[in-house]
Amino acid sequence: MYSATEPSTNKSTRHLVSDWSSDKDAFKNISWGKAMMWIFLLSDTFIFGSFLTGYMTVRMSTTTPWPNPSEVFALTIAGHHIPLVLIAIMTFILITSSGTMAMAVNFGYRADKKKAASLMIVTALLGASFVGMQAFEWTKLIEEGVRPWGNPMGAPQFGACFFMITGFHGLHVSVGVIYLLIVASKVWRGHYDITKLSQNMTNDNQENTNSAKNYQIVEITGLYWHFVDLVWVFIFAFFYLW
Amino acid sequence: MEQSHSQQHPISIYLKIWFLLFVLSACSYLVDYFQFEGYLRWSLIIIFMLLKAGLIVAVFMHVMWERLAFIYAILLPPLALLVLVSLMSFEADYTFLSRLLFFGDG
Repeated sequence: MYSATEPSTNKSTRHLVSDWSSDKDAFKNISWGKAMMWIFLLSDTFIFGSFLTGYMTVRMSTTTPWPNPSEVFALTIAGHHIPLVLIAIMTFILITSSGTMAMAVNFGYRADKKKAASLMIVTALLGASFVGMQAFEWTKLIEEGVRPWGNPMGAPQFGACFFMITGFHGLHVSVGVIYLLIVASKVWRGHYDITKLSQNMTNDNQENTNSAKNYQIVEITGLYWHFVDLVWVFIFAFFYLW
Repeated sequence: MEQSHSQQHPISIYLKIWFLLFVLSACSYLVDYFQFEGYLRWSLIIIFMLLKAGLIVAVFMHVMWERLAFIYAILLPPLALLVLVSLMSFEADYTFLSRLLFFGDG
């Protein structure tokens, strides 16, 4: 009925029903790689959602006051006491890396592989600096006596929430940096070029001649990276600002 | 709008969204910097958070250019988390009151 070549512009409920009731695949125009990345990200959403809900539960149920994040994460730079400054810098670094990643995806679809790979490497470097700052932040808090079972500032649950949530997010950023570097080097070396791919390329419900299709791996990597940024938006709001 | 199988969009839209994300991040940091309190603080934090999340998902992750069948498959399941959040907030209230009752002002 509705073939894969049909544009996605029509957002009617009729298309929704026909997509889902079609025999073979519900997601038209979406390659298996992209669909699988989205399903993985959906599962990751539930992991981080459960972590943040657990944090909400212990924070609401504690009778001792919660440490003030604004003070805990303050730094004194050149004699000025600035609240939450390191977290703000980390947020801006992650937003910047998301922007360079979006640019890399764009240049990937323009088949400009040098620019796409360079922007991915810039993204990876920004991600690595984010992890470095997080390591600095952990070191500072551990030196101040914050432990998963207690801390000198207030409610003992603070340490457990902090180390689990930011640690799991930092792990995601670290994995993302490795993933980015691998894909960037493959893009740079021409691994996804049309001539090399055409030999073993499957007919993924769209035409093989579309050269942009070969750089879809950049978009899939980008989905993961944007998700890491997305999770930080929620951690920043609920853990650091609340 | 273009076809979803080649997600090629003008660079200007990415730059605009990038800029907006910077502005929104700065705004949410200023909420803390100026030490807003109470409902004003919470509502501002939530608004800036949702705007940033929406922009990232819609534009950077290309969801606004996907088909409706796919959008629903991605965006509806996380709403189940709201059920978990509401259940756990009842539970947390109960725990808090029990602690007050049995451990005094602990």
